[in-house]
Amino acid sequence: MREHLWQQWRFVAPALLWTIAFFLVPLAFMAVMSLWDRVSGSLIATWHLDNYVEFFTKPHLVKALLNSLEISLAVTIISIVLAYPLAWIIAVRVPARWQRAALVLAIVPFWTSYVVRSYSWLLVLGKQGIVNSFLLSVGAIQEPLMIASTRYATIIGFVHFFVMLLTLTIYANLKQLSPNYAKAAADLGASPLRTFWHVTLPLTRPGIMVGAFLTFVLCIGDYITPKILGGSNELVLPQVIMLQIGRRADFPSAASMSIILMLVVVIAYLLCMRWLKMDRS
Amino acid sequence: MRAQLKSSIAWIYAILAYGFIFLPVAMLALFSFQDSRLPIMPFNGPTLKWYESVLADDRLIDAMINSLAVALISSLLAVVLGFLAAHTLARKNLPAKGFQRALLTAPLTVSYLIIALGLLIMFNATGISLSLMTVGVGHVVINTPLCFAIIYSQMGDHQINIERAAYDLGASEIKTLWLVSAPIMMPSILAAFFLSVTFSWDEFIIAFLLSRFDVTLPVEIWGMLRSGLSPKTNAAGSLVFLVSIVMMLLAELILFRKVNK
Repeated sequence: MREHLWQQWRFVAPALLWTIAFFLVPLAFMAVMSLWDRVSGSLIATWHLDNYVEFFTKPHLVKALLNSLEISLAVTIISIVLAYPLAWIIAVRVPARWQRAALVLAIVPFWTSYVVRSYSWLLVLGKQGIVNSFLLSVGAIQEPLMIASTRYATIIGFVHFFVMLLTLTIYANLKQLSPNYAKAAADLGASPLRTFWHVTLPLTRPGIMVGAFLTFVLCIGDYITPKILGGSNELVLPQVIMLQIGRRADFPSAASMSIILMLVVVIAYLLCMRWLKMDRS
Repeated sequence: MRAQLKSSIAWIYAILAYGFIFLPVAMLALFSFQDSRLPIMPFNGPTLKWYESVLADDRLIDAMINSLAVALISSLLAVVLGFLAAHTLARKNLPAKGFQRALLTAPLTVSYLIIALGLLIMFNATGISLSLMTVGVGHVVINTPLCFAIIYSQMGDHQINIERAAYDLGASEIKTLWLVSAPIMMPSILAAFFLSVTFSWDEFIIAFLLSRFDVTLPVEIWGMLRSGLSPKTNAAGSLVFLVSIVMMLLAELILFRKVNK
């Protein structure tokens, strides 16, 4: 019997073992490390929560967490508000045989390299970027706008990426809806706006929530976009984590901050699930 | 009249949205042909000299080769692990299937930074030195769940009978997997593979934290950014973009062919 089970299990085993060895075990290493101390450059094995307490007593670290939360929430909301109409136009207004092409076209820049994509926004938003040179040449402004190296540049860079992702997921959602719902609402005398608000939108809400969660999670864990576009005036949590590793090799602090970051994601997940559940009942 | 107004609002919105989506890429590509030292207005080109300088840059070319090697090898491993796991979990009646599925897809929910940091701490603690190999290990961790999820979602029941026929005719399990199941699943296997290659090819933070002397292309480009804006970076970025697009088109063609059949 045991042999039989092993026979069946042997092809899942490699993937499971890989995930355990190079995903779960490293996380365990990190959890342990987050309890350690770093005294004058060397690591000391201790078992207390000082790193966590320290995090919440240092204003600039709490500020980084708040920056991360604010930026990720803003990006999530703006991206959904911008992507929904685009997905709707592609799903409803574009003739069926062009929809696939329209969708592929909408996500082409999605495949630019992640580092390069942020860099290319510098060409647009930088001090000598296209936006500033345009506004200066038409005389709308006298001094170049400082968009790069602020959180607004970070938000624009993120929104660009997630509008593409969300257009894709919301489109898929809209296409799954049977047109009969909207027809039924129209037959019952609802205006198109009302049909949209009371029928289409609620039916696509689960899909939106999944997209929103994905956006929030990818956004809050990202280092590159805030680093390249946001600069170092307003740090976000991943930047602070990287600073601990880079400048000071302070792994215990970096580990505890990473665990805090993971907890934020778990809380976001639970909130999303709860909202979806409330939706259904 | 009202319908016309609504329709034109929709089209204007679509044009603006596409404009927003393409603006940075257009700037990137345009100024890669810039015939001066800065990728800013006015545009005085076109010239191919930045592409020449990218292709003559040994460090960039080495990084590109490293990236391709890491991407191909780690994706191959990820797709094999993912396929075997997906096939077994879809076909066999194993205990704790839900738990195994959850474990296999768990890395998708954790940010790359955290995965990289965990691996870095573990490699440091166990004295494993950083190299392209450790980068590859990290990329298998992030791509296996993806391959698993894609292939698992495409495992239909309709292929079971063909596999049963193979068993009845005396084929061993491995032989059936290799000669029957894998060929049937080839479209999703290839799609998962190409998607993994693009992800690995593009991935920065794991490659940055887990490499030392030999680096991958995104890390090398990251180094170029330190010297500020330059048309050479534009040219390198445009080339990377081109490779990703080719990869995605391959995946798209393969998937699309499957849909048409």
